[in-house]
Amino acid sequence: MATLQTDFIGIRSPNPFWLASAPPTDKEYNVRRAFEAGWGGVVWKTLGLDPHVVNVNGPRYGVVYGADRRVLALNNIELITDRPLQTNLDEIKAVKRDWPDRAMIVSLMVPCEEQCWKDILAQVEETGADGIELNFGCPHGMSERGMGSAVGQVPEYIEMVTRWCKAATRMPVIVKLTPNVTDIRRPARAALAGGADAVSLINTVNSITSVDLDLMAPEPTIDGKGSHGGLCGPAVRPIALNMVAEIARDAETAGLPVSGIGGVTTWRDAAEFIALGAGNVQVCTAAMTYGFRIVEELKAGLLRYMEGKGHDRIEDFRGRAVPNVTDWQYLNLNYVTKARIDQDACIKCGRCYAACEDTSHQAIAMTEGRVFEVIDEECVACNLCVNVCPVENCITMERLPAGAVDPRTGRSVQADYANWTTHPNNPAAKAAE
Amino acid sequence: MAKSVSTPGIVAGRLSPAELSENFSDLHPPFDRHEAAVAADRCYFCHDAPCVTACPTSIDIPLFIRQIATGTPEGAARTIFDQNILGGMCARVCPTETLCEEACVRETAEGKPVEIGRLQRYATDTAMARGSHPYTRAAPTGKRVAVVGAGPAGLACAHRLAMHGHDVTLYDARPKPGGLNEFGIASYKTVGGFAAAEVEWLLGIGGITPELGRRLGGDLTLEALRDGFDAVFLGVGLAGVNALRTEGEDRNGVRDAVDFIAELRQAEDLTALPVGRHVVVIGGGMTAVDAAVQARLLGAEQVSLVYRRGRDRMNASQFEQDLAASKGVRIITNAQPLQVIGNGAAREVEFARTEETAEGLRETGETFRLRADQVFKAIGQRLHGAPETLKLDGSKIAISGAGRTSVPGVWAGGDCASGGDDLTVTAVAEGRDAAEEIHAALSG
Repeated sequence: MATLQTDFIGIRSPNPFWLASAPPTDKEYNVRRAFEAGWGGVVWKTLGLDPHVVNVNGPRYGVVYGADRRVLALNNIELITDRPLQTNLDEIKAVKRDWPDRAMIVSLMVPCEEQCWKDILAQVEETGADGIELNFGCPHGMSERGMGSAVGQVPEYIEMVTRWCKAATRMPVIVKLTPNVTDIRRPARAALAGGADAVSLINTVNSITSVDLDLMAPEPTIDGKGSHGGLCGPAVRPIALNMVAEIARDAETAGLPVSGIGGVTTWRDAAEFIALGAGNVQVCTAAMTYGFRIVEELKAGLLRYMEGKGHDRIEDFRGRAVPNVTDWQYLNLNYVTKARIDQDACIKCGRCYAACEDTSHQAIAMTEGRVFEVIDEECVACNLCVNVCPVENCITMERLPAGAVDPRTGRSVQADYANWTTHPNNPAAKAAE
Repeated sequence: MAKSVSTPGIVAGRLSPAELSENFSDLHPPFDRHEAAVAADRCYFCHDAPCVTACPTSIDIPLFIRQIATGTPEGAARTIFDQNILGGMCARVCPTETLCEEACVRETAEGKPVEIGRLQRYATDTAMARGSHPYTRAAPTGKRVAVVGAGPAGLACAHRLAMHGHDVTLYDARPKPGGLNEFGIASYKTVGGFAAAEVEWLLGIGGITPELGRRLGGDLTLEALRDGFDAVFLGVGLAGVNALRTEGEDRNGVRDAVDFIAELRQAEDLTALPVGRHVVVIGGGMTAVDAAVQARLLGAEQVSLVYRRGRDRMNASQFEQDLAASKGVRIITNAQPLQVIGNGAAREVEFARTEETAEGLRETGETFRLRADQVFKAIGQRLHGAPETLKLDGSKIAISGAGRTSVPGVWAGGDCASGGDDLTVTAVAEGRDAAEEIHAALSG
């Protein structure tokens, strides 16, 4: 019998679905509703020092829509909690007391002074919370005041603050990372060096979601002006998956527990984060779009997947995809495929043809009666036709067996594995002596 | 006593004003902005799109749908009007189910095509609501062209000629312009006086002078037109109606379906429009369906549409047949009328069962009768009163190229000319193309 129960750095929760530190976890009312709906845990919206911050009084969110106003991404310029510290602490304590089986993590952001951290950590410990998350990711507003991503972009600061926190509290410390860096491994290594129990990523991506062409101002627009915000939601998921994988396969940070964040919308998204090493996932935009009830689909879908694959626990498949994430130079150049079009499934839209003919390799022929066929002599197996075809499985990539001649190169397909490191065209290839 | 569906004879007021208003409302209500965006998003922007090939006016459908999807319906309308200046009417009356939407790859994929017709209507309605005419005329050429017939072919021809800087005199025998758009299409396909509004909008280009109540063969002769103008375009349609040649055809209650449809279109008050209790429509095309459905919508208790051949030979599309069935019209195939029975007024129609044989259609010997206090004949229209100097091809004006007739300086298009389907959209294409050829000839 499979179970979704997880133990993430010693913090147990009935399922791996936590609500990320964000508006859904800003106060007791929401968090109680979330727990009633079945969420495994929450990361309480970031606490700061009093006097509390204030938010803008105009729109806080921008959006990127897909078809039918489907929310593909949200952008926010909201700051950390804008309520008094004690109010939040009292509520955290009350909720944790009533929901002892759920994970209660408290997100924190105070100035880079050790005493500030010591003081707030002592207050948080009082609540009975299970752990803390250091918000080094928020890219707007707070970063202008030397906090949030301003810390997360300087590995030395990450390490310093993490070390202060580890020294000052018995609670596990999760360091939340900003993606607004060139190499995510540096901040992750710094967190590890500072003694972090885990990292969580990604926080939001710097963004302008759109420009109002009448006002000539970015959205959301506050009295004619706009500021960059933080982008989240399905659109950022690929960025997050890569960053999680980078940390999972880095020699220094491999094994560092990761809480995966970034556009998790369905059970499948969660499973993919877990496959790349995440021990759990945090969700925000999906809940903000559809409400808390989506956790039912997340739980049921992930459980069904696990049962189908024979995994009893999350740990059974966690990180299974990590060994298959490699560098380009190690990809097998003897793996030769060709696009194949299933004529029975083809609806004759010609998108594969337009894409290939206009923008790629002129490897699809359009013949009488709108019949589209692959020209093997030209097909480099780029996959674009597969990607733009509106019919699932109509175009597939089929591997040429060893010994077959690739009509494009005229060479016979080799059975062995060979990559760029030994390719004769590689000036850096070692001589085979 | 109030009238009802079961009141005998041909009477008005079978239904309440509210019921009539509901029955004759828009068959396909217009999209709002969001519906249009969602519908537009379904378009795959096909390469060399089959829908464009299927459109007689070759509108760049994927382009205009993309323009809707990107929030520029006026741009979409321009794409449509460039090819089809009557794109607004065609969006309403085109049998899209046998043209663009039948060819749509999503019809192949899911049996549910992109709703091209309704999207076209969204674009053209949005643009036309602006009130201004989107085209300007080229510098005057000093050439004058007579366009005879202010239906779809004539209107399209006149507009294109005016755009090229020619001065057009647009003649029509009826007191109102529009031709079949105004007189010959079921009311629920073009509500709210759209046909007249569209003509007014089209004339907004300038340079077109309508001359109404002027009939070719009446006070107009081809010779006089040839003398008075640099070119002549004939888009006179099919003014004659085929007779049944059946005994009793002259009984009261027997009439041409096209007259019924025209009367209905022009009616100010549907409650004053009489219709029979038992209605029989003879024919298998769009006109037959339009008459049958509207008879039902007016409150006829029983309406039968009787066609002499099998269903597969009916000119009415599957969509039209389904529409008729959904409105309660009984479709009877393989039966042809033998006689209209009655004493003064029609009471019954007797039919003979038919079957297709190698030698053609044959009566089986079996007969049956349908009660009928009203009979509509819808077995086709034909060219009427064409100038004798014009060569005919069968029963229509013979043309070559883009509408060139046997008489120099005279072009023809639309239903009166040979070739092409008798559709609004085909007429528009023919009128447009003839205008281009006339323009080339006058510019030479």
